[in-house]
Amino acid sequence: MKYTVNEQGYYGDFGGAYIPEMLYPNIEELRQQYQAITNDTSFRSEFESLLKDYVGRPSPLYLAKRLSEKYGANIFLKREDLNHTGSHKINNAIGQILLAERLGKKRIIAETGAGQHGVATATVCALKGIECVVYMGEVDMERQAPNVARMKMLGAKVIPATSGSKTLKDATNEAMRDWINNPLDTHYIIGSVVGPYPYPEMVARFQSIISLEAKKQLLEHTGKFLPEYVLACVGGGSNAMGMFYHFLDDESVKLIAVEAAGKGIDTGHSAATSVLGREGILHGSRTILMQTEDGQVVEPYSISAGLDYPGIGPQHAHLHKVQRAQYVSITDDEALDAGLLLSQLEGIIPAIESAHAFAYLEKMQFQKEDNVIICLSGRGDKDLNTYIKHFGF
Amino acid sequence: METVLANRLNHMFDVKKNNLLSVYFTAGYPELNTTLDIAEGLEKAGVDFLEIGFPYSDPVADGPTIQHSSQQALDKGMNLNVLFEQLKDLRQRVNIPVLLMGYANPMVQYGVERFCAKAAEVGVDGVIVPDLPMYEYEQLYKNIFAKHNLSNIFLVTPQTAESRIRKIDELSNSFIYLLSSASITGRSLQVSDTVESYFQRIKDMQLKNPTVIGFGIADHAAYQKATAYANGAIVGSAFVKFLATENYLEKIPEFVKSIKSPVV
Repeated sequence: MKYTVNEQGYYGDFGGAYIPEMLYPNIEELRQQYQAITNDTSFRSEFESLLKDYVGRPSPLYLAKRLSEKYGANIFLKREDLNHTGSHKINNAIGQILLAERLGKKRIIAETGAGQHGVATATVCALKGIECVVYMGEVDMERQAPNVARMKMLGAKVIPATSGSKTLKDATNEAMRDWINNPLDTHYIIGSVVGPYPYPEMVARFQSIISLEAKKQLLEHTGKFLPEYVLACVGGGSNAMGMFYHFLDDESVKLIAVEAAGKGIDTGHSAATSVLGREGILHGSRTILMQTEDGQVVEPYSISAGLDYPGIGPQHAHLHKVQRAQYVSITDDEALDAGLLLSQLEGIIPAIESAHAFAYLEKMQFQKEDNVIICLSGRGDKDLNTYIKHFGF
Repeated sequence: METVLANRLNHMFDVKKNNLLSVYFTAGYPELNTTLDIAEGLEKAGVDFLEIGFPYSDPVADGPTIQHSSQQALDKGMNLNVLFEQLKDLRQRVNIPVLLMGYANPMVQYGVERFCAKAAEVGVDGVIVPDLPMYEYEQLYKNIFAKHNLSNIFLVTPQTAESRIRKIDELSNSFIYLLSSASITGRSLQVSDTVESYFQRIKDMQLKNPTVIGFGIADHAAYQKATAYANGAIVGSAFVKFLATENYLEKIPEFVKSIKSPVV
C-alpha cells in the first residue's frame, strides 16, 4: 500500500517515536510483537468473533433516502453508532485488550476526550477482568458526565487531568506519565491514530474493519466497487483512518476529512489543525499540530469533546501533505444544525463529532449518481445536553 | 570515529571524578529575568555544572513541580529567543559547564541548526532532550551537534537493555544520564535492592563515559547513594520547589549545602 507506514515508523515525513527513554522498552516491545501477535490465527479468530458477537459487527451501511434526496446523491451511512458502546472506538479497544492480554499486562490505562474511548476501554477491561484507569480532562468530565458514570459503572477508575486546558491533550499527557511510571505491568490503549509508532498503525489496522466492510457492503447495495466520496470527521483521526484505510490506494475515491473549526477558524477558538497547524512533534510523533511560533502546544477548542485535539495523526498529516485526502472544517453551529437535520430526516441522532462530517454535505456539489459514504462514528446520547442547550428543547 | 570534544564538560570530568553535583532549574521561573542570577548563585555555592530548562507546554516526562514551573515561565514570556538573549552574558558570569534541557518541539520549531549555533555562541556545552530518539539524532542532528561542539546527553533507565546502553555509550561524548528509576521527575528516590543492583550493573559495565544519576535526588541521603555508584548526581524538582520560597537567591548556598552535607 502506497500510503502506509515504512519500517522506521514514518508516513512520508511524519510519524516516528519521539519518546523519552523511559517509554522505549514498552514501545520497542510493541513494535517487535504487535505484528506477530495480531497476525496470529488465535488472535484473529478471537478478534473477529468478539467483533461479531460482542460488538455486533458488521455495522450496517445504510442508504439514507431522505438525506440522499436532499443533497442529490446516494448517501450511505456507515453505522458505527450501532456498535456496542455506541461508537467506533470499541473496534480498537477490543484489538488492544487482546494484544495487552497476550503481552501479559495486568493493568490498562487510557485517555479519553468525549468519553467514548474511555467507555470502550472500560468495557473491554470488564470483559477481560483487567484493572482499568482512564484519564479524562476535568472540563470534559463535566461536558460528558454520562460517560464518566458509565466508566465507573464498568469498574474503571476515572482520574481527572487538571493541567493545561483540562481536555484531551492533557488527559493524554497524564496517561503518558502514568505509563512512564508503570512501564512493566501496564499497557496504554491509545484511542486514536496518534502517538509514537507503532500506535498510529496499530489503531488504523484495528479500525480498518470499517472500510473493509463498507467496500463489500457498497458492492452489495449498488453493484459498484467504489464510491465517489468518503467522508469522516477528524480529531486525532481514528474513525476517519478506519473509514479511509481500504480506499487509500483507490485514487478515484475522494477522501474528505472534516475537522472542527469550533467558533470559526480565525476566532482563536478552533481545532482546525490542518489550517492552523504546522509540522512539529506532539505526543510522540512528528505530525501537524497547532502551536505557537516557539513550539508551545496551543489549546484547541471545539464544542465536541472528541475533536478538540491540537494535532492529527501522522498518517493524516501525510495524506494532507501529499493531497491524497482533502481536509476541511466545520463550525460548532454548522455541526449542531447538521445533527438536528439528520435526526429529523433519518431518525438518527448523531454524536456531535460525527455531525461535523454531515455538515460538510451542505458545501458539496454532487452528480445524481454519485455514491457517498459517511462514517457515522458515534451516537448522540452523550451530547443530548449540548443539543438541548443549543436548540432550547 | 566519534568527534572528540574538548569542552567544559569533558574538562570537568577529567579533573573531578566523584561527588559531582548538578542542579536543574527552569529558565524564567520564578521570575523571568533571574536566569543568570540563579546560575551564578549555584556556581558560587559549589555546584559543579548546571542544567537550564527551556520550558514546554506539555512536558510528559516531568512531574507536577517542573510542569508548573514551565507553565509559569511561559506565562511570564519565556521562550528560546528570550533565553538566548539572557544567556548572552553567561560566560561573563558563570564558568562551570552549562547544559540546556527541554523537549524536542521547541528546539525543532526554533530550527535545530540555529539552536545549536546560538547555544554554542553563548557558551552552552551540551543539550538534554528527553524525547529526541536515538534514531532521529543519528540520522538528522548528530553532525549539527558535533559541528557546534555540543554534547547530546542520552538517558538510561533501569529497563534499558545492555546492548542499547552500549550504543548510547558509543554515541555519547561527555556523560550518560542515569535515571534512578523509570519515572517522571519529582518522585523521591526509593532505594531498594533493585535500584542498587541496577546502579551496580551499570558501574560494572565500565562505560567509556562518566555517569550522573538524576530523577528523585532531593536530599543528602539520595545524593550520597547516587554518588556512591556514579560520578555525580542531578537535583531538579527539589531545587525548583525551593525556588518558590522567599529570598531564594540569598538562600541558594543553604540549599546546596543541604544536598552536599549531612543534616547536622
